[in-house]
Amino acid sequence: MSLMNNLSTSMISSSSSTFLAPTSFNSSRTQSVSVPLKSINIVKCVATPQEQQNAYKTKVSRNANIAKLQAGYLFPEVARRRAAHLLKYPNAQVISLGIGDTTEPIPDVITSAMAKRSHALSTLEGYSGYGAEQGEKALRAALASTFYRNLGIEDDDIFVSDGAKCDISRLQVVFGSNVTMAVQDPSYPAYVDSSVIMGQTRQFQKDVEKYGNIEYMRCTPENGFFPVLSKVARTDIIFFCSPNNPTGAAATREQLTRLVKFAKDNGSIIVYDSAYAMYMSDDNPRSIFEIPGAKEVAIETASFSKYAGFTGVRLGWTVIPKQLLFSDGFPVAKDFNRIVCTCFNGASNIAQAGGLACLSSEGLEAMQEVIGFYKENTKIIVETFNSLGFKVYGGKNAPYVWVHFPGRSSWDVFSEILEKTHIVTTPGSGFGPGGEGFIRVSAFGHRENVLEACRRFKQLYN
Amino acid sequence: MACGISLQPKMVLASLRVRKQGNGRCTNVPRNVNLEKLQNNYLFPEISKRELQHLEKYPNAKVISLGIGDTTEPIPEQISLSMANYARALSTADGYRGYGAEQGNQALRKAIAETFYKDVAIKDTEVFVSDGSQCDISRLQLLLGSKVTIAVQDPSFPGYIDSSVIIGQAGDFQDKTGKYQNIEYMQLGPQNNFFPDLTVTPRTDIIFFCSPNNPTGHAATRKQLQQLVEFARDNGSIIIFDSAYAAYISDDSPKSIFEIPGAKEVAIEISSFSKFAGFTGVRLGWTVVPEELLFSGGFPVIHDFNRIVCTCFNGASNIAQAGGLACLSPEGFQAICAVIDYYKENAKILVDTFASLGLEVYGGVNAPYVWVHFPGSKSWNIFAEILEKTHIITVPGSGFGPGGAEYIRISAFGKRKHIIEASWRLEKLFSKGKPLFNCLK
Repeated sequence: MSLMNNLSTSMISSSSSTFLAPTSFNSSRTQSVSVPLKSINIVKCVATPQEQQNAYKTKVSRNANIAKLQAGYLFPEVARRRAAHLLKYPNAQVISLGIGDTTEPIPDVITSAMAKRSHALSTLEGYSGYGAEQGEKALRAALASTFYRNLGIEDDDIFVSDGAKCDISRLQVVFGSNVTMAVQDPSYPAYVDSSVIMGQTRQFQKDVEKYGNIEYMRCTPENGFFPVLSKVARTDIIFFCSPNNPTGAAATREQLTRLVKFAKDNGSIIVYDSAYAMYMSDDNPRSIFEIPGAKEVAIETASFSKYAGFTGVRLGWTVIPKQLLFSDGFPVAKDFNRIVCTCFNGASNIAQAGGLACLSSEGLEAMQEVIGFYKENTKIIVETFNSLGFKVYGGKNAPYVWVHFPGRSSWDVFSEILEKTHIVTTPGSGFGPGGEGFIRVSAFGHRENVLEACRRFKQLYN
Repeated sequence: MACGISLQPKMVLASLRVRKQGNGRCTNVPRNVNLEKLQNNYLFPEISKRELQHLEKYPNAKVISLGIGDTTEPIPEQISLSMANYARALSTADGYRGYGAEQGNQALRKAIAETFYKDVAIKDTEVFVSDGSQCDISRLQLLLGSKVTIAVQDPSFPGYIDSSVIIGQAGDFQDKTGKYQNIEYMQLGPQNNFFPDLTVTPRTDIIFFCSPNNPTGHAATRKQLQQLVEFARDNGSIIIFDSAYAAYISDDSPKSIFEIPGAKEVAIEISSFSKFAGFTGVRLGWTVVPEELLFSGGFPVIHDFNRIVCTCFNGASNIAQAGGLACLSPEGFQAICAVIDYYKENAKILVDTFASLGLEVYGGVNAPYVWVHFPGSKSWNIFAEILEKTHIITVPGSGFGPGGAEYIRISAFGKRKHIIEASWRLEKLFSKGKPLFNCLK
């Protein structure tokens, strides 16, 4: 008798401290105005329920690192809340501005290249088996010349992947459990969660909502969303995302120069997440390697997800300069290559064909158009919250709007918005204690949904 | 038998041009000691490197690759057509899809459960779609952590050992034995019918077991798998059962560990579309974690695996998944079986060739690999000899562990004409009266 089927859905408390790890195995992330989900398995996993006590157990201990994790990964949790809301209000027109999921179709020039590659796999001349684990040569070359021209980054410094989230974990596997790390606070939760899983952290401390042994670099409106480096303890690894998810803040050349110096002085490695670089409106650096000296202290990770709508197609890349060395002089790229060859087998060849088309001049133009569309969405959302008198951040250099709700619990605000307007957002505390009191509104969506959402926000907060 | 070290590839700094830096140019970040433990490059890139070196030496040689198990036959049309259609649909409002469920597309999970696990009651919710077994093995290692002990077959697919070293489960490598400390190597050979003697196998937390086996080609019998499940049960161990080659089984050997009663409480199964559907480049596979599988405290393994999948992965490519679904349609499945039969016929030709030469040959019946024994020899030497004299790439058995030291693996993936040509060259090399043959006898 399945354990899962016996657990019932119950009222979900909005307070994060009562969260139990969720398992929504069928979280289907639909994009636009909702269609009632057909068969949803919502389960709440509770440790050792009654029937398990008589069940056969292996003698294999659970990984203590995973046991440290406080709740499910943030985005499936948001999806679970959304699904539960739909059960409650089956006819609600839910609008999803939560998970940063792209909604606009992929430009033709890109999908036709993928269709062509698919067809070719059925032909003698066009069939290819295993590809190079580091990625197809032409794509690596195109990435180098498109994003890193004149920065001294070579084709073979680039490793094509199935996305930044996977690359983050592979980097953690390279680094191992004996390194310390710093993250921005708030930050994309995969950095912290992968660090916990890897065994780099101590237990979660409920009072401060932080894992022991991680250095949280607070980013607030007061410090312009750039950490006060003089107050940051040295760590081996520094995760830095710019333009930032969730705050939307983009670091200036001056700030990044200071960051590189900080890393250099401390002998640290920056893992620079540039997934939103193409959303930059201002004249800020798009790559960490624009900063002199960065090649000796930084790795850069990036993704086609938010540029080309490849969230489902799965394609990204990581750049590791040859000059980046461990303390004994061993090149970091060599270890990353070993991980890529052993723990991975390359991104899908069809996705890579799409990636190459993205980087043609026609493809780049088409991507800019879609990015421009989402940026217009962002503008609309920013204007809405501004007009309602909120303190609004981000939205200029990233597809995220970071709205301040001073003194309020972000999960409470999330629930209130969901309950009263049927709009899914993301509670700021899901990104770290520095996100408490904020809500992240993502700007991916069909224009009419974004407009409708703004109408509802106005109604709620007027 | 200690593994041959004369031609053993050593870690080289390859193509990275590194000027030795002064201390000012290094970071202060210590290298991961686990990666330092790894002895060599991963086996298959090393084989590729040898192939390239050989081509540089003999630019006009017609090299035949029977080394890396890379599929060669085109994907059946209806399958690539469905992938093309799915890709095109991503340009339409109705057909566009963003993030999929990390566990995989629901229809595909259902199709996998129904196609491969119908009679053993595995549910679609227990199936996790992935971008392939090599990736799943590492995700399982992340799940299990550094404090578990593992056993592997010896010889075995190097991904199990290498990922174990990387995650920190293994001790140091011992040159004398060719083994990592803290890993249990379960020797396989003709003497034990290619199934480990479990009565002399100490307990480990995890047992990696591949059947049909890469590289030996042996498919464990029902009786053998029953023994294995009982062994795991008695020891409270978890079997990670690699069924990537199940579709190549010719006899009635079990295709899934879950055919064995009681397996759901002790086993995880991994599998792949790579050798099944020619998806080596497309990237698609799956892992089955039964709900009944529990850690010692009673916590369901599936729950933690789901957490890993949600945090360290973002789902297999939706286009690949569309292809997977087409593979499992009746027409798609039939077309794939025809390709598998083609490779199996290749294997038969290779088996017959070696058998006719009087060499000890194993496998090739339930798997696309032929495992040839050269008693008293060193596999890297045989590898080099074959490459030099016949321009055929194989894989030296010691690359799969010390238990492979005297063996060569020949993969049956290739165009029929190349397989036939290869057989002819091998016949010339090994036939009676030739020096190589005589020194082996």
